[in-house]
Amino acid sequence: MSHLPILPILIPFVAAALMLLASNRPRLQAGIGFGAVLLGGAAALALCFDAGTGTIAVYRLGGWPAPFGIVLVADRLAAQMVLLTFALALPALLAGTGRAMPRHFHPLFQLQLAGIAGAFLTGDIFNLFVFFEILLLASYALLVGGNTPRQSRAALAYVILNLAGSALFLVALALIYATLGTLNMADIANRLAGVPPGDVALVRAAFAILITVFLLKAAVLPLAFWLPRTYAAAAPPAAMIFVIMTKVGIVLLLRLSVTIFGNTPTTAGLLLPWLPVLAIATIALGTVGAFAADRLAIVVANLVLVSAGTLVFAVAFADTGAIAALLFYLPHSALVTAGLFLLAALVDQDRGDLGDRLVRGPAVASRTMLGTAFLILAVAVAGLPPLSGFLGKLMLLQSVGTGGWQAAWWAALLGSGLGLTVVLARAASLLFWQQDSATPSAGPTLAGPKLALLVLVIASPAMTLAARPLADWTSATAKQLSDRQAYIAAVLGSDPIARERRP
Amino acid sequence: MEILVSIGVGLLFAGGIFLVLRPRSFSVVLGFTLISYAVNILVFVAGLLDRDTPPLFLPGAARLADPLPQALVLTAIVIGFGMTAYLVALSLRSLGEHGTDTVDSDRDAGE
Repeated sequence: MSHLPILPILIPFVAAALMLLASNRPRLQAGIGFGAVLLGGAAALALCFDAGTGTIAVYRLGGWPAPFGIVLVADRLAAQMVLLTFALALPALLAGTGRAMPRHFHPLFQLQLAGIAGAFLTGDIFNLFVFFEILLLASYALLVGGNTPRQSRAALAYVILNLAGSALFLVALALIYATLGTLNMADIANRLAGVPPGDVALVRAAFAILITVFLLKAAVLPLAFWLPRTYAAAAPPAAMIFVIMTKVGIVLLLRLSVTIFGNTPTTAGLLLPWLPVLAIATIALGTVGAFAADRLAIVVANLVLVSAGTLVFAVAFADTGAIAALLFYLPHSALVTAGLFLLAALVDQDRGDLGDRLVRGPAVASRTMLGTAFLILAVAVAGLPPLSGFLGKLMLLQSVGTGGWQAAWWAALLGSGLGLTVVLARAASLLFWQQDSATPSAGPTLAGPKLALLVLVIASPAMTLAARPLADWTSATAKQLSDRQAYIAAVLGSDPIARERRP
Repeated sequence: MEILVSIGVGLLFAGGIFLVLRPRSFSVVLGFTLISYAVNILVFVAGLLDRDTPPLFLPGAARLADPLPQALVLTAIVIGFGMTAYLVALSLRSLGEHGTDTVDSDRDAGE
């Protein structure tokens, strides 16, 4: 048994512990942080190469056989998402260099990474709950790191909402364990076929609660209102890594719908009739919110909502083509919105008291650089040709929403694209074009954040150039994901241990 | 017995939800304390109610209780406790910064 699948979780954990030993030496902490992210990224890359051969690596903690012990499962989906997490962590750390970071920023950041990687890799839902709590607790502390009143107010609402989410998660777990007698995802999938008729209602209720929790993490209407204020209040390194947290909810929803539910009659109809409606409403809310925003960071936070709605719509249908398109669009949208969060923070620094408010003001110091970066990111995020956003949306339009949903889906996606183009053009015109004075305010120019911005700006054109291999990879991932028997067999073995039901 | 436990869990949830929806952060903290009691009891009884059954394999025990929910509830208690402590700290800080402990976050327009 290779130890590779646990490394993306273990490396950040060890790094966080080491950092606490060096808590008075911020430079050393930053060094350990970069080392851990690079090492973790290498492990994630190795995981991708392994998963690329089509094998599903199962790591049994403590060597316990599958339904009894906790397992980590590294299939193509998990490997891809872990790689994306570390790919986003590197620019996020770079964005934090050169300025005084809050105390304990670095250890918390590593714990956040460990929680996210664990949530993607785990094959056990109670373990998933634990990783959720790790990533949430780290995110609570990262959010208030800057010590501004805006942050503590946003954090209070965010923490209360997520505590409610955690309570619901535990209720769902208790009901699932009481009815199915297992917490292992593959075993749950297996047992769903033979639920006694008396338990069906309880099982459906349990999964409905679980879906609610994932929708809260993914920020889908009516559980989306927390996101814009929270994300816009966070400091740039935190906001950049928060982008991946909504994707955690979406990927877990996908895993639940495809791997666990499959086409089992017990759970039929838990997602389909209503989820697309909510997804389209989320897209509309994000677009309207972007129009109403008075700060660039809030515009970007609403872009996260639009992309959450888009991805959840694809999850609701979850046939092979839709999953492939969704998995292409997901990394694109994560990288581009992270870039825009960083850009908003740089504009905020450059404009002094005005911050990133969308009003006319003095010239931005590094106007050409920021303006060009904004142009590329905005084209990518609005889905205009020729960048990856356009390709992703094209794939989504082609493959998702056949039948009665087609008209609504096309209208939502194209309408929000048009709306966002207008919003972003207006923002660019206010921030970079109409300026009061020719003398730019002297903002600090730092190498680290600029490098981070460069990496994120290049991401979308690079994804466009590599679209063919990436699309091949995601469609292979979609195929692997759709074959739930292969997943179950990999985790439980081809001859699952027969267990008697509890009395 | 099942009926009694269900009613108890339901009452705790009802009280907790009522308190969480109050506008002051002190009530919200108390509400979450009640909700986490309710959740912990629910997780605990997920292993089914039984009596005189040890969760360990002891010689002479005819039946065994399911030890897993007991382990799960231990984890849930620890995590819930930590989260509540964090919520208390955050509420106190918010009280100190804003001079009021209302949770309603629409009042920060003049920051």
